Amino acid sequence: MNNEQGDSRLRGNLYNYILTIADNSLILGQRMGELCGHGPSLETDIACTNISLDLLGQVRSYYQYAAKIAGDGRTEDDIAMLRTEREYVNVLLVEQPNTDFAYTIARHFLFDIFHFLFLTELQKSKDLTLAAIAKKSLKEVSYHERFTSDWIKRLGDGTEESHQKMQTAIDDLWAYTDEFFNPTSAEKAMAEEGIGVDITALKKKYYDTVSEVLEEATLKVPESKYFHKGGKQGIHSEHMGFLLAELQYMQRTYPNLEW
Amino acid sequence: MSENKKNWPLWEIFVRSKNGLEHRHFGSLHAADADMALENARDVYTRRNEGVSIWVVESKNITASNPEHNAEMFEPAKDKIYRHPTFYDLPDEVKHM
Repeated sequence: MNNEQGDSRLRGNLYNYILTIADNSLILGQRMGELCGHGPSLETDIACTNISLDLLGQVRSYYQYAAKIAGDGRTEDDIAMLRTEREYVNVLLVEQPNTDFAYTIARHFLFDIFHFLFLTELQKSKDLTLAAIAKKSLKEVSYHERFTSDWIKRLGDGTEESHQKMQTAIDDLWAYTDEFFNPTSAEKAMAEEGIGVDITALKKKYYDTVSEVLEEATLKVPESKYFHKGGKQGIHSEHMGFLLAELQYMQRTYPNLEW
Repeated sequence: MSENKKNWPLWEIFVRSKNGLEHRHFGSLHAADADMALENARDVYTRRNEGVSIWVVESKNITASNPEHNAEMFEPAKDKIYRHPTFYDLPDEVKHM
């Protein structure tokens, strides 16, 4: 393989790798944004919307970088808004719906613990742009983790009803947690280059941290060993199409729309 | 907790905008306890970079003056301008008074 091929393969892997990171935050940001005006109280409504905006701010940095790497004239908006469902590589967890507030919190909590561990490692990336985005995002994500962990404890260790709802949400969403730790070819390649994070090494710490919070919340750590996967390969759940319809509506109806 | 499970108690929020300034009353919000009040205040009142420190106090712990007593409470102070320190000649060297 000559240098040019090697270089183009590296760029392809880097581009896919950036999407693997950014799509999680974009889709979760969209889910949290759906609660704008529909939160359980004015205060939690604003909190959820703030978190959504934090995530969308982070994805702008990633997609701008991806657009630069792709170098084919596409902008951050094209990459964020105009791909087909199969081209999104977020994990299945983040596209799961806001069934109730317990699901919203459980989904975000199960993501936050991963996100925090992931960004902590990504700060050490040889790719200085990714390291800088990770460093900046980490402060926001530390707060997200604190916010959702607090709510897990409040609802888990709250009333009989809130405990039961929180347990149901955790049990249901548990099956989506293992997907984080199955590396794609881009993730493997980037980890080998010292650009990406070796996610398999985060697994034990992830489940230890999650279990610690659940136990403090008097919730049972699910024992199920059956896990869904596919999102990272573009095979999504039935919820994804509806989410994308709402996400992409403006750009598709008014192409090249700008605020 | 109170009998009324549907409503969280009201909290008064004080924010210090910059180090060196005092905390000022920013508004009020609902929260189940002090920790939640702090987090809610962070999101409601400091998301546009308004603060460096937050105090919260449950509204019921604040004793307020009664507006009906305003006549005897505040009006007597209205015509006592001699209580303002404006009748002294300050030397020019004193700049910040």
